Amino acid sequence: MSDGVWWASQDFWRKCAIFVTAGMFLVLILLTFHSMAAITAGQDRVPAYSVINHRIDYVFDEERNMKVPVIGEEAPLFGEMLSEEEAKALVDLGKLTVQAKNCMNCHTLLGNGAYYAPDLTKAWLDPGWGNEQARELLMTMFLKDPKTNARTYGTNRRMPDLGVTDEEVRGIIAFLKWMSAVDTNGFPQGFEPLPQGGS
Amino acid sequence: MAEAAITNPFRPALDAVAARDASSLSVGQRLALKYFLVAMVLFVAQMLFGLLAGLQFLYPEFLYGVLDFNVNRMVHINAMIVWMLYGFIGSVYWLVEDEAGVELVGAKLANINFWILTSAVAVVVVVYLVVQVGPGNQMSIWLINEGREYIEAPRWADIGIVVCMGVFFYTVAGTFMKGRWSGISGTLVLDLIALAGLYLAGMFYTTNLSVDQFWWWWVVHLWVEATWEVLVGCIMAWGLMKTLGARREIVTTWLYIEVAMMFGAGILGLGHHYFWIGTPEYWLGIGGFFSALEPIPLVAMVVHAVYDAGRHSFQSRNHPALAWLIAHAFGNFLGAGVWGFIHTLPQINLYTHGTQWTTSHGHLAFFGAYATIVIAFIYIALQRWRGEVWMSGDLPDRGWKWKWSLILLNVGMLGMTIALLIAGYEQSFIERAIGGSTWAAYFEGQTQPWFVQGMQWRMVFGVLMTAGLVLLLWDFLTIGRGETRPAKEVHAPGPHVG
Ligand code: HEM
Ligand code: HEM
Ligand SMILES: [Fe+2]
Repeated sequence: MSDGVWWASQDFWRKCAIFVTAGMFLVLILLTFHSMAAITAGQDRVPAYSVINHRIDYVFDEERNMKVPVIGEEAPLFGEMLSEEEAKALVDLGKLTVQAKNCMNCHTLLGNGAYYAPDLTKAWLDPGWGNEQARELLMTMFLKDPKTNARTYGTNRRMPDLGVTDEEVRGIIAFLKWMSAVDTNGFPQGFEPLPQGGS
Repeated sequence: MAEAAITNPFRPALDAVAARDASSLSVGQRLALKYFLVAMVLFVAQMLFGLLAGLQFLYPEFLYGVLDFNVNRMVHINAMIVWMLYGFIGSVYWLVEDEAGVELVGAKLANINFWILTSAVAVVVVVYLVVQVGPGNQMSIWLINEGREYIEAPRWADIGIVVCMGVFFYTVAGTFMKGRWSGISGTLVLDLIALAGLYLAGMFYTTNLSVDQFWWWWVVHLWVEATWEVLVGCIMAWGLMKTLGARREIVTTWLYIEVAMMFGAGILGLGHHYFWIGTPEYWLGIGGFFSALEPIPLVAMVVHAVYDAGRHSFQSRNHPALAWLIAHAFGNFLGAGVWGFIHTLPQINLYTHGTQWTTSHGHLAFFGAYATIVIAFIYIALQRWRGEVWMSGDLPDRGWKWKWSLILLNVGMLGMTIALLIAGYEQSFIERAIGGSTWAAYFEGQTQPWFVQGMQWRMVFGVLMTAGLVLLLWDFLTIGRGETRPAKEVHAPGPHVG
């Protein structure tokens, strides 16, 4: 390497390193402001917490060429309409429980986490629950006693009993319902939700 | 061409440090050895808990309800993050006095800091293993675990870690301030500020999972694909000077080139984690494009390391260290560059996101990029500790221990990575492409023979790696003991054209 030419000089590359880093970081900051606004709950891409009062569907959008969540008619979780604050408190309890029980080190949420158990992004909509009427009860029973209610589909992998309380179970289910309404640009691919009345 | 003979302004200082009695280490170096010791203990823990987690894929009843998969996996990846950070801190403490030309500033404080940090790590691990999970409230997050992959450490520990990092930073920056700065140390110190600052992005709670993951990736991605890369770039630059006698002007210029390319691609490359978490669609383009450029600096690093080694005809004063530095260059390129590239475009990632592809890449990247360089550095340190002894060719017993541990660890990791990748192909095909990503499709994928065999081969190669680790630690304990020949002299080649 010759020290004579400009493109091989230390000084040139030092300046390059500084300006490139600063420039890229600046762009990241600007994009972060924009993204934060877009993913605030209740904005275009991430639903308000009261979305748990509604039916959530997942349908193909011609224009975007991908499936998107569609918020439908009223379908209150556990038959109870909640205000935005109450809904937020319930989802929050669910999120805290999901963290405290370390769900993410077996499952993925929005595709991130561990790969020992299924992705939870669309767990609320999974056809495995059978139908809309049975879903809440089945989910509750499963979370309360995963040892005996596990369906392992031949893997023998069972979720451990995490000792969740009744209130925490309701929170977890609210959180899962809310998460299934996040616009994830078509992830997971090809997913068909369980049949829901009306759709 | 006019070629100024460049004299290294740091030469006198370097000589002064080197001239000290070789067997008596400086304070920084003694501290570094402690960090390396804990790093290796945690490396062993990482492997053991990896084996437990891997076994549970095959025998789900194994330790069910006692040490569940999520606990084993959390300890596995947390032990990894912490041992690598310990390795980096140790390396920095090792080189700081040599690079600055003065004694470590705040040595006493640095020592206390080591004990506080290590006790905190021990408490966190015990709580992970004994308490495991808590009720769904803030107390659990503050005291037990935060439940966010890689940064599970409870909030009290987060705060402790930040304070300890502050002390570490103060002693390192203070030493350079008292002594002298160089291109390497300047880059290092700025990078450490960024590294510590990023950790703060992971220290808050929010109900909104999309916001949570947005900032979580700032820590995870901007650590491993930006600030850690630059940190090991600094360590590598210093290591090449020490093992090969590479010229400072050259390694420093390369370091700047690497920083420009790494940050140029890696900062916006962050977008490859923003495809599916609720963030706007423009990230598909930005993330795909910039992350696809990330392999370029990694290629440059290989070229640099191999070119330097070749320029010195592979005549090094420390063969094991040089071998691991080269393993680092290739491992980084393969694990991060190639294995990262194969699933980084959104069209592909839609099918591979959160499958065994990710595990495959995660293993080869962390091992290839970071485990290797910490091991290389420990060899550099051991040489000095054992009295600047000979560590080039003709080692007793032909150096079979270091050679076999190198082979077993690297072959084991490559084999594991390939086994996982095959399982990943099968998974994305059956579960995603055909099955439509339902729970039933997930389990359908997990029970296919190719998947199960992948899990079995992962264990076979994991056992090979574990054997390699045992051998490595044995070599660490014995290499250079009883050696009477002094270390081989390496000289920086004079300035030249071409
Ligand atoms: C040494 C550097 C690197 C390390 C240690 C590393 C490590 C990892 C790890 C552990 C994950 C999984 C995170 C999780 O648990 O969810 C991951 C994900 C990912 N990495 Fe890297 N990586 C590195 C560099 C790269 C590079 C250079 C690229 C691209 C060229 C890349 C592309 C990706 C992608 C696309 C994912 C997301 C996988 C998914 O969607 O599930 N990585 N990386
Ligand atoms: C005895 C050898 C090892 C075994 C059996 C093993 C096993 C495992 C298992 C079972 C998982 C969980 C994967 C999942 O969620 O499906 C895992 C995750 C992980 N391991 Fe290992 N491991 C070993 C060694 C290593 C080494 C040496 C490293 C790095 C230096 C490493 C880094 C990781 C990382 C980064 C993850 C998270 C990957 C991701 O989220 O994609 N492991 N390992
Ligand atoms: Fe990344």
